[in-house]
Amino acid sequence: MQAGLHNRLRSGSLRGLAFKAARCKHTAVFAAKSSVIRDIHEKITSKECTAVEVTQRYLDAISKTDPKICSFITVDADQALAQARAIDAQIATHGTEGIKVLSGVPLAIKDNICTQGTRTTAGSQILRDYVPTFDATAVSRLRAAGAVFLGKTNMDEFGMGSSTENSSYKATRNPWDPERVPGGSSGGSAAAVAARECAAALGSDTGGSIRQPAHFCGIVGLKPTYGRVSRYGLISYASSLDAIGPMAHTVEDAALLLNAITGADSHDATSSGQPTVDFAAGLLPAESLQGGSRPLAGRRIGLVAETLGEGVAPEIDAAIRAAARHLEDLGAVVEEVSLPTFSLGLPAYYVLALSEASSNLSRYDGVRYGIRTAGATDLPSMFCGSRGEGLGGEVKRRILMGTYALSAGYYDAYYKRAQQVRTLVQKEMNSALASFDALLTPTAPSPAYRLGEKSADPLAMYKGDLMTVNVNLAGLPAVVLPVGFMAGAGAEGQDVQLPVGMQLIGRAFDEAGLLQLAHVYEQTASLPPLAAPLAAV
Amino acid sequence: MQSSAWAASAPASRCAALLQPLPHKLAPKPFTAVSNMYHFNPLTTVAPAPGAAAAMCSSLGSDTSLFMRPLPLSAASSPALWGQRVVCRSAATVAPPTQTAASAGTEVEYEAIIGIECHVQLLTRTKAFCSCPSEFGSQPNSNVCPVCLGHPGTLPVLNAEMVTLAVRAGLALGSEIARISKFDRKQYFYPDLPKGYQISQYDEPICTGGRLEVEVDGQLKSFGIIRAHLEEDAGKIVYAGADRLSGADYSLVDFNRAGVPLLEIVSAPDMRSGRDAAAYGEELRRVLRTCGVTDGNMAEGSMRVDVNVSVRPRGSTVFGTRVEIKNMNSFSNMQKAIDFEIDRQVSLLRAGRGSDIVQETRLWDEIKLVTNTMRKKEGLADYRYFPEPDLPPLNVSDEFIEQVKASMPELPAAKRARYLSLGLTRGDVAVLTDEIATSQLFDAVLALGTAVKPAANWIQGDIMAYCKEAKIGMDALAITPATLAEMVSLIENGTISGKIAKDILPDLLQGKGNKGVRAYIEKQGLLMISDEAAIGAMVDKVLEANQKQLQEFRAGKTKLQGYFEGQVMKESKGRVNPGLMKEILLRKLNGE
Repeated sequence: MQAGLHNRLRSGSLRGLAFKAARCKHTAVFAAKSSVIRDIHEKITSKECTAVEVTQRYLDAISKTDPKICSFITVDADQALAQARAIDAQIATHGTEGIKVLSGVPLAIKDNICTQGTRTTAGSQILRDYVPTFDATAVSRLRAAGAVFLGKTNMDEFGMGSSTENSSYKATRNPWDPERVPGGSSGGSAAAVAARECAAALGSDTGGSIRQPAHFCGIVGLKPTYGRVSRYGLISYASSLDAIGPMAHTVEDAALLLNAITGADSHDATSSGQPTVDFAAGLLPAESLQGGSRPLAGRRIGLVAETLGEGVAPEIDAAIRAAARHLEDLGAVVEEVSLPTFSLGLPAYYVLALSEASSNLSRYDGVRYGIRTAGATDLPSMFCGSRGEGLGGEVKRRILMGTYALSAGYYDAYYKRAQQVRTLVQKEMNSALASFDALLTPTAPSPAYRLGEKSADPLAMYKGDLMTVNVNLAGLPAVVLPVGFMAGAGAEGQDVQLPVGMQLIGRAFDEAGLLQLAHVYEQTASLPPLAAPLAAV
Repeated sequence: MQSSAWAASAPASRCAALLQPLPHKLAPKPFTAVSNMYHFNPLTTVAPAPGAAAAMCSSLGSDTSLFMRPLPLSAASSPALWGQRVVCRSAATVAPPTQTAASAGTEVEYEAIIGIECHVQLLTRTKAFCSCPSEFGSQPNSNVCPVCLGHPGTLPVLNAEMVTLAVRAGLALGSEIARISKFDRKQYFYPDLPKGYQISQYDEPICTGGRLEVEVDGQLKSFGIIRAHLEEDAGKIVYAGADRLSGADYSLVDFNRAGVPLLEIVSAPDMRSGRDAAAYGEELRRVLRTCGVTDGNMAEGSMRVDVNVSVRPRGSTVFGTRVEIKNMNSFSNMQKAIDFEIDRQVSLLRAGRGSDIVQETRLWDEIKLVTNTMRKKEGLADYRYFPEPDLPPLNVSDEFIEQVKASMPELPAAKRARYLSLGLTRGDVAVLTDEIATSQLFDAVLALGTAVKPAANWIQGDIMAYCKEAKIGMDALAITPATLAEMVSLIENGTISGKIAKDILPDLLQGKGNKGVRAYIEKQGLLMISDEAAIGAMVDKVLEANQKQLQEFRAGKTKLQGYFEGQVMKESKGRVNPGLMKEILLRKLNGE
C-alpha cells in the first residue's frame, strides 16, 4: 500500500548513513516519499480497494503488530468498519464524485481527544469508563470528511510525560526498537503511524508531545499555531499551550489532515478566525524538485545556537547541521541565530503548564463521571479517595506543583514571573522570525531512550522538553520531520537504527510556508527509506 | 451568541442521554422526586470554602498526604493580591483586639459598619458559557450539557447578553465600565461546582466604582459601590432525608443552576444600620429590575445578599472584627438580621467579651430571629485565582457602551424626581415607583392625557388593593392603559359616577372593558341618569315610601336630607347624577 515507502535500501553500512544521505544531492537515486493518504484515496476512487478492505488491512495490522507495540488503548473495529462501509455505500450509490481525500482513510486518534460513543480515557484510570457524548471539533470535522477512526492511542496520563510510560494502561514500544520508548505524550499515535497501524493520526502537543514522539519514531509531526485547530473536545492539560495536530508519514499527509481539522470554532473562544488555506496545495510537486533546482532560494533559516552543542547527542547535532547544509544546497540561507532567553523557557513552561493543569484536573472529583472510590465515608474522603485512586503518580506530582505555584504568597514568584518569561520568550522568537522564515533546531537532545531509563528521574525527563516547550509558550507552529538515523544499541547489544528529526519553527499562522519548506526538504533529502523493524508490512 | 452553535452539535436529547448511565455505585436509596440527580453519599463533613491545605489534599488524593506541608496562610504571609480581595469583599480589615477600652465598663457608644455583597442572576435566556436555558424551576438536571457539567474537553464560550446586562447595571450604578476586563478561575472543591473552579472576575472586574442614592426615612443617603463582576453560579445540593446537611442520608446535586450568569455587586461599607442596608437592597433591586438586568426574585434566589457587619466605638477609624451573615431571603429579614447582629456584637463588647466576636459566617434563623455560627474561618481561604486561559480578555468598545446607554430606561431616581415635579407627594411617589409595573401603568395612563391626581389615586388606591388581594403584579392585569384612562375621563365628564366606577373596576381590571368602557357601561345599563323627569320620579317614589321621615324633615329635622339622598341613590342603583339629584330632592323635600 505504501509503495513509496518501500524503496530500495541504500547499500552499505547504515551507521552514519543519515548524515551522508542528507548531504547527497537531491538528484539521488531515492524516490520521493509519497503521501499515504493520497495513495489510499487513489486506491479507493479507482476501486482497486474498497474502503472496508483498506480499513480491514489496518485492523489486521493492528491485531498482528499491536501486541508488541501497544499503541492503542481502545480499538473500535466495529465503528471503523461501519464508517468504511458508509464510504463504500456512498461510492455504490453516488459514484466516486463526492469522495473526499480523507474518505475511507483509517486514522488513529490520541485518547485525550473526545470521540462520541468511543471510550476516551486520556491515559488515566479516573476516566477508564468515560464515553463522551460529543465529538471533539477536530474529530467531528474528520468525521465529516469521511475519515475512519480505528481507535484511541496510548499516551502519558493527561499528556503528562515524554515517554508514554506514564500511561496508566501500558507502555508503548518504539517500533524501531521495542526496548525503547516512542516518546510522549502522543507516543501511541507516533508508534501507530511508524508501525503502519494507521494511515495517520491525531496527536496533541502541550510542550512537544507531537514533535518529540515524531522525532523518536521517525515520522512527521506538526504542532499548529495556538488557535489554528479548535481545542474543543481535547481533554485539557494546559489550556494556554495545548494544540491538536497531525502525525503522519509525510509532510503532505500532515497538510491534508490539517486541512480537515483547521479553522475557527464557536465552541472554542481561543480558536482563531485566521483564514485557512489549502495547506497541501502550496506544496511543490516532487517533479519540480529534481535536477539541482534551488526551490528554497530567498528563504532564510535561523539555526538556533542554544539548541546545539553541549548537552545534545553529537549525532543529533551532526544530523541537524547536515540538514542545514542540505537546506543551503536547496538555495536557502542558513544562519546561526542566538536566542538568549531560550533556556528560560523550560522552567517557565513547567510553572505555567502545571498551574493550569492543577486547575484543569480539578473536575475529576468522582461526582459526575469517572471513577469514584468505594470507600468514601464523607465528602473529603470521596474527593481524596477518588482522585487518589484514579490519578497516577506523575499527575499527582504535577498537580501538587501547580497547586503550590498558584497558592497565596507564591503566585507572584512563580506564575506571574513565568508569564513574564513567557512574554520574553515569545518576543524573542517573534523577532527572530521577523528576519528568518523559519528557525531550525533539533527536537530533543537525545534519540529514543530505553524504557525505564528516565522514568525514575523526572527532572531528566523534563529537560528533554527543552527544545520544544518554547514553541508552545510562543504559540507558534512547528513541524518535525526525519532527517536521518543514528545508531543505538539494542537489548542484546545489536545495532538499532534510531530516527532523528529536525524541528522547523514558523511564524504564527504560517503553517503553509512551514509545510512547504518541510516538504521540499523531505522530497529532496533522500533519506534511506527504512521502515521501522516492527512495522506492519 | 453561542446558542445556535450548541443547538447544532449538542441537542438536548444527547444531553439527556448523558445523564442516563451514571457510573456511580453510591446511589443507595431511590429518591424519586430528584431521581436524575447526581448522587453522592454520605455527606457528613462539609467544607464549602476550603483552605489551601484542604484543596491540596483534595487535589492529590489521600495517599499523597506524605507530600503535604501546611502552607503559611497567616494574614502576615498573604500577598498583596489577596489583601486586595479582602478589601473588595468586605471593605473591612481585621482590627487588632482593641476592645480593652470598651471592656473597662465605660458606656462606649458604638457604630456599625455594614457592607453588602449582592449576587444577582442576570436575565439572559441561556447560561453564561453554554446554551442551556437559564430558567428556574425545571426538572432537576434537565438544563444541562457537557459544558456546564464540566465534562472533559469542554470549553466555555461567553454569552454576549451577559455582558450587555452587566454594562447596563454598571451604567445604572454610575460605575466605570472597563474597556478590557478578564475572567479568572476561583478554585475550590465542592460537589455543586462541576469544574472544580468557578469562572469569575478577580482583579479586573467589568464595573468599578459607582454610587446608589437612597432615601432612608426621609433622609437622602449615598452608598458607594466598589465593584461589580461577572461570574457563573454553582449547582444546588439537595439533602435527602432532611432539609439540611445534618441528619441527611445522602445528598443529590441539581446542576440546572450551574453556569447561570451572575453579577456580584459589592457595596462600600457605607451603611450603618439594618434600615440603611434594607433601603440600599430595595433600591438596588429596583434599579436592576428597571434595567431588565435581573428579575430580582429573592425567593427563587435570583437575588442573594450577604452582609458583612462589624461594630466599633463611634469615632474610631479602625474596623472591628467582621462577621458575615447569609441566608436572608427578604430585605426585612436582612434588616432584622443586621440589627440582631449589631446588638449581639455590641453586647459582647459591653460585657468585655469582645474576643468572642470572631471572623465567621453566621446564618440568619428567621424563626428564632437570631444569627448562628455556620462556619468559622480558619485563616483566609485560598482560592488560587489565576487568569482563565480558556477565555480571551473581554473587550467592551465605546460604541457598545453608547449603544447600551441609548437603550437605558428611566432610572428610579429620575422617575421619582419627575413625579415630584408633577406635584405628587413624596408618599405618592414612593408608592408609585416602588414596583416597575405600577409606574409603567401610571405613565401609560398619563401619556393618554389623564390628569395626574385621579390617575395616581386610582392606581395606588383601588387598583393596588385589588392586586394585593389577588396576589398579582400590576403587569399581570388585563386592563389596558386606554381603558383606565377612559374610565377616569367618563367620571370627569359625568358619564358615570365614582361609585359606579368603583363597582365596575374589578371587571375592567380583568379586561372586560377593553373594547371601550362606555360601551361596557351602556351594555350593563350603568350610564349616569341625568334626566330630570326620571330623577323626579325616583324622588317622588322615595318620598312616597318615607312619609314619616318627610314629615320630620318638614318639621325642621333637615339633617334627614342625607338619608333621602341615600335612598334615592339606592333606588337608582348608584346611577343618578348626584348634583342634579340633590337639587331635585331638595326642591321636592321643601314641597316646591
